[in-house]
Amino acid sequence: MAAHRCNIFMLVFVLCGLTYVFVRADIEDTNHVKDAESVAVDIARKANIGASLRSTKTEDQTQAAEKERQWEAETNPADAPSDNKADHVHDTMQNLDSRPAPYAKDQTQEAAEEERQWEATEVKEADHVPDTMQTPDVPPPTPAKDQFQEELVIRPLHSGDIYASFQFRTMWDTDFLRGSKVSHYRLFPKSLGQVISKFSVRELHISFTQGYWRTMQWGQPFLPSPPGAELWVWFQDTVTDVDGAWKELTNVLSGIFCASLNFIDSTNTVQPSASFKPLGLGNVTDQRFLRYAVLPREIVCTENLTPWKKLLPCGSKAGLAVLMKSEKLFHSSFHSQALHFRPVCQDWKCKSTVWELRQTLNVVFDLHTSGQGKREWSLFKMFSRTLTEACPLASSSKVYVDVTDNPQGELFELSPTTPLLSQAVVLGDRRTYSVYDLTNQATFGQTRSLNMLLRWRAAESGDMLRPLLHGERYVAGYGLQTGEIHTLMYNNHPYRAFPVLLLDTVPWYLRLYIHTLTVTSKGRDNKPSYIHYQPSKDRLRPHLLEMLVQLPPNSVTEVTMQFERALLKWTEYTPDPNHGFYVGSSVISALVPSVVAMDTNSTRECPLFSSFFPCKEESSYFMRVYTEPLLVNLPTPDFSMPYNVICLTCTVVAVGYGSLYNLLTRTFQVEEPSPGLAKRLANIIRRLRGVPLL
Amino acid sequence: MAAPLTLLLIVAVTIRAVLFRSSLAELIPERVEVVSPLNAWKRVVEGLALLDLGVSPYAGDVFHETPLIIYFFHFVIDYAEIVFMVMTRLVGCVFLLQFRKQKYALEAERYPLDCLELIRTPKEMYYIPLKVAMFYLLNPFTILSCVAKSTCGLNNAVIALFILCTVKGSSLMSAIFLALATYQSIYPLTLFAPALLYLLQRLYIPVNWQRSSFWLFTTQYTFMYLGSLCVMVCLSFFLLSSWDFLSSVYGFILSVPDLTPNIGLFWYFFAEMFEHFRLFFICVFQINVFFYTIPLSIKLKEHPIFLIFMQIAIISIFKSYPTVGDIALYMAFLPAWNHLYRFLRNIFLVSVVLLACSALFPVLWHLWIYAGSANSNFYYAITLLFNVAQILLVSDYFYAYLRREHHLTHGLYLKRKDGSEATLVLK
Repeated sequence: MAAHRCNIFMLVFVLCGLTYVFVRADIEDTNHVKDAESVAVDIARKANIGASLRSTKTEDQTQAAEKERQWEAETNPADAPSDNKADHVHDTMQNLDSRPAPYAKDQTQEAAEEERQWEATEVKEADHVPDTMQTPDVPPPTPAKDQFQEELVIRPLHSGDIYASFQFRTMWDTDFLRGSKVSHYRLFPKSLGQVISKFSVRELHISFTQGYWRTMQWGQPFLPSPPGAELWVWFQDTVTDVDGAWKELTNVLSGIFCASLNFIDSTNTVQPSASFKPLGLGNVTDQRFLRYAVLPREIVCTENLTPWKKLLPCGSKAGLAVLMKSEKLFHSSFHSQALHFRPVCQDWKCKSTVWELRQTLNVVFDLHTSGQGKREWSLFKMFSRTLTEACPLASSSKVYVDVTDNPQGELFELSPTTPLLSQAVVLGDRRTYSVYDLTNQATFGQTRSLNMLLRWRAAESGDMLRPLLHGERYVAGYGLQTGEIHTLMYNNHPYRAFPVLLLDTVPWYLRLYIHTLTVTSKGRDNKPSYIHYQPSKDRLRPHLLEMLVQLPPNSVTEVTMQFERALLKWTEYTPDPNHGFYVGSSVISALVPSVVAMDTNSTRECPLFSSFFPCKEESSYFMRVYTEPLLVNLPTPDFSMPYNVICLTCTVVAVGYGSLYNLLTRTFQVEEPSPGLAKRLANIIRRLRGVPLL
Repeated sequence: MAAPLTLLLIVAVTIRAVLFRSSLAELIPERVEVVSPLNAWKRVVEGLALLDLGVSPYAGDVFHETPLIIYFFHFVIDYAEIVFMVMTRLVGCVFLLQFRKQKYALEAERYPLDCLELIRTPKEMYYIPLKVAMFYLLNPFTILSCVAKSTCGLNNAVIALFILCTVKGSSLMSAIFLALATYQSIYPLTLFAPALLYLLQRLYIPVNWQRSSFWLFTTQYTFMYLGSLCVMVCLSFFLLSSWDFLSSVYGFILSVPDLTPNIGLFWYFFAEMFEHFRLFFICVFQINVFFYTIPLSIKLKEHPIFLIFMQIAIISIFKSYPTVGDIALYMAFLPAWNHLYRFLRNIFLVSVVLLACSALFPVLWHLWIYAGSANSNFYYAITLLFNVAQILLVSDYFYAYLRREHHLTHGLYLKRKDGSEATLVLK
């Protein structure tokens, strides 16, 4: 470059040119050194990961306590995210358009911190077993730019079924917004990272679900999802053509996940005003940058699972992901795989943000089909695999088994036993978990494989606490002309009322009549305090109805609305038109009073000073409930008739035209009777003969 | 005259009041034959509800009334029943008035002597207005339409007022009501020609392209019409301060996006249409309504009232969302043409078909939609038959009218050259 300049400029600039060259070379040198250093650090860290994870019991006790708290903060699934969620929903509920002030967030963060510490002490005091404390085996948070964690939670359900929930979390401190600059991918999947940077995505949530989560039998899922495919995306506020970006993004994601997401178009996309606030950081709540779509008809199967597994750093080669054998996973009553991408805080002080990619897979194995009716579960029975190692790239890899209902082991027997216990407030309920740390070689024992076994002692499992909130939906009416959508929302809390946000997306071909909307609870009219209604446009956009309803304690609130079924063009019907058309689940988002706050006369041994006022930090938690999707029949034309119809209708029009044309162009005349055939023939012969005609 | 009229009105109001209070009042507004997406009362209420929610009624695809209607009902929503009754009665009264004038026109001309039996006696003429009112007010179609609170009744009232003003010779009012009718649903645009012809006739201005007086009046009337139409459209714009209503009302009428079954020809045809021919056929079908105006005006330029009847009939057959209320409007004219009865060729067949179809509509609808034992073709077949019957009815009346005119000039009993009785044919 300097040489080039020398050629162009005259000799008088030689001196300047040389100076420039020297300075430039100097800067580049330092850069190289820095790069080399970082690469070296990276390699060293990679090599050290296994060793550092296994290096235990070297730090002193004070440090251990510190680590323990930190660990709690990181692995407690209900803590940091739910704070965030709660924050947002709280915002939504209070004043629907206000933005959270930054200092408010700080306060929440501080409060959460205090709460965590309290919880840690409580664990100590309640259990009185020194062994239950976490061994300080987690390495100090490395300054690495990315890290990966994996965990599996197994929860025996009261129905006898078993619920397994995988979570994989990749955190990466990078800037996706600089366009093509991000080119070095380590743990983060490159295919996804490129999409995110190309379309300036701020948050992306996608889920594929087969089956319906039965809240009344199974309780709350960790991450709710509607049947079919759900996709919602917050774009960066720099995006100008949001609709265009959304269209392209759905097509790209459809390719990545081998799903029919390309069927998402303007007729099933909505922009909810309050129900789907960002779950990550950032205070942009302008719904112009939000797109939400559900495909209730989507069938989830192996071809969706394989690309999903490929996004994991270890693939399905090592770690918890080896359990994901599709023939077992899809032989279940409920299967849901999801992917959540969002910005989160890097540390407690939240000075900088990192990107979090959370891949989750939830599956419920049926007692009778998978377990042959025997109340006995093992990892091998569920997944036809056992665990042999953690993913080498993971900074933490754990298996949790919910033993809340089984404190003394009287309900079921868990083997091998583990000394580690952990407590967490999950969905407003205090749960206890046995923890298996896969990064600890001792977990695998002599056989070098971990195969947990749950064997029930009692034939009956205990009573399940009824879920505080749940929803149902159905279509009433008969015939193919009109109908009525009923949505039932149950508040099972004995004495607390709470508000819920109901979101309904109804396709345009069911023409909703908003004036028929009624909301009743306990036989009385319950007027929603907020209604956002966007009517549909034919073949362009769906109905969107959002409302904020206060659910009285211990009640059922019924929302009804009439609709009319449209007759579509014959090409707009699906290949099996008499199967019906799906209407996506309605979404009920709520800030539900916690169960923990519900038992005021708790017999638990918690400090007396902590339990006088029922309102604690954990007194309410965010919850989202999806109702059943609907299947609605529409009137159909006869699909074999297009030619006939065109011919017949045109004939009628032609009859009209013909008769009017006749009358318009002709005039009345006296009829001259035409001669008969014989006479005409005779006349022809006479003409030939030259005789006068008859 | 006053006594039978009062009696008629009382009977008409009683029937409606009874039906409003009966259980049928919930059933009838759901009938696709009685209400269309354009004029269903349910949709008017929906539009008002949207307005109350702060959403533009035209943001969705449910409300297709004009802005003036929504503001009209905004104030009288509580009295909707009364409004509809008043409107129907208004139509009846209007019809009552308008035919008084016509008799002079007929009597003033001199006809061959043997045509005397073709000319209506003053006594017959005397009862025609009452018959017209009765035909409208007691027509089951009108009653159904009124009980369903279809805004079709309002449109009919506007058209009736337009006819009245035209017959009375008030060109300004005629233009205003014609503009209002056009504003409500584009199709009455075709009534411009008969109104102009009638007013010209009344002022003894011959239709002659060379005459300046003809051009003067035509321009005058056109300006009045276009001016009032413009005022209404602008007023609607200022009421809602957006032009959304244009596409939502007129675009909806012309492009036929809503394929809800009705008694017309459009719904099944466009449900079964191949996508790339859709635009072509929409144009063809819509032009069909406007297409007959010029030839009919030329053929019937001496008889503008009959031309109005023909145009209204053609509109109600070929419009995109017809209901029985539209049919009732042109059927109310039929008693006025009772002197054509002897020339009608297939009135018996047509009336039987119309009656049978009216009975079969609900039956086949039930079989298709509720019982599931029939399919859409059954209902479609009935709409086809119903429309064929309507077309035959209209063309039969047209034929009879032309034939009567011919007889009036050439004598009733035509003879051939050889003295035998002649038959009349169209050539």
